[in-house]
Amino acid sequence: MKDLLAVVMLAGIYGLLSASFFVTMDAVDVAFTEASVGAGISTLLMLVTITMTGRSEHPTRHKPVLALAVVVITGGLLIYGTLDMPHFGYAEAPVHTHVAPHYINDSMQEIGIPNIVTSVLASYRGFDTFGEVVVIFTAGMGILALLSMVRRREDSASSDSLNDSMHEQYLVLRIVTKILIPFILLFALYVQFHGDYGPGGGFQAGVIFAAAIILYAMLFGMSTARRVINQSYIRFFAAIGVLLYGCVGVVSLLNGKNFLDYSALSADPVAGQHLGILLIELGVGFTVASVMVIIFFNFEGRREKLQSQENKNNENNNKGNKKT
Amino acid sequence: MMDTLMNISSTLFLLTGSFLCISGGVGILRFPDFYTRMHAVGVTDTSATAMILIGLMLQNPDGLVVIKLIIILLMTLFISPTASHALARAAIHNNHKPVLDKT
Repeated sequence: MKDLLAVVMLAGIYGLLSASFFVTMDAVDVAFTEASVGAGISTLLMLVTITMTGRSEHPTRHKPVLALAVVVITGGLLIYGTLDMPHFGYAEAPVHTHVAPHYINDSMQEIGIPNIVTSVLASYRGFDTFGEVVVIFTAGMGILALLSMVRRREDSASSDSLNDSMHEQYLVLRIVTKILIPFILLFALYVQFHGDYGPGGGFQAGVIFAAAIILYAMLFGMSTARRVINQSYIRFFAAIGVLLYGCVGVVSLLNGKNFLDYSALSADPVAGQHLGILLIELGVGFTVASVMVIIFFNFEGRREKLQSQENKNNENNNKGNKKT
Repeated sequence: MMDTLMNISSTLFLLTGSFLCISGGVGILRFPDFYTRMHAVGVTDTSATAMILIGLMLQNPDGLVVIKLIIILLMTLFISPTASHALARAAIHNNHKPVLDKT
């Protein structure tokens, strides 16, 4: 398929479909993440990339047969590997006999929150989640290091009027978005703080929060959005999220327990677990939201720069043509 | 008596919604150009979602579910037409001409 837009859309549809089958398999937390990350924000970021790279694929010079053969062989080996795995839903599979009974039976006494997925993610496996947050933070820093640039004052002034005139045609979209954005932000906060009781948590909430800001930036122009969202604050918040998570771990370390053992945070172990999970989910939310916004803003800034360069080149060419 | 009435009306709503979904699907395959196809999907999708959500509300008329479904319904009523509008604007912006009748 040569049309990259269609490919991106198919990827988004695939994300939504996998979210649906996660729901049918009763993994609502995973489904929620897949719907917001896989179908939502990654599709959006890929679309932004397409606006920079162009919509259609260049004709390939190499033969795709070799790549197809590699893919088929690898896929065949992977499927062959799954043949040794226990059947789906098999009660005596190692995954069901090892730690799962412990989580299901004891998490209510030990952690005290109804959503076991959040208990596992934030407390029992807190170290893994810390790693994930650091990965997201690193991705954001990588984007900043590769694409970030200092914007000059006069650039923003000239693009301001351009943006305003360009976006006049989006009147309906702008009004509807204005109505919807507060609710999107509110929903993100609900997902953030309701993660202990239902599906949700820092990752999904951060992505939804970032989606609202990106929607605003897309419809009201980048210069307006830059005035609303201070770039240096966003970077600050990305770092604050990871630091908050790490600090919770260090505090429990200082109180004589293991790293990220939240029972040390309070006299009552269960209250300590609650506090710890709330804090680290907040850290995750901060980092995810800020990194998504950083990625989008830097992609868009890059595109604006490319466009202005193109315009300048065209002007120069025109001048050259006139002289000759 | 009340229960059967609720069930019947709920089923009617669900069936209407499903029918609208299918007719939208047929429309996207059968209509000649971009705008008519988009019209078929845009109109039926919004109303079909509304019908199905109302049908589901009637299935469980008391409780938090109804409020959640009403919120989803409001969201759909806002977002779906706006999405169709944005699609049509994008198509006009890219010089997609509608296919006109040749009479």
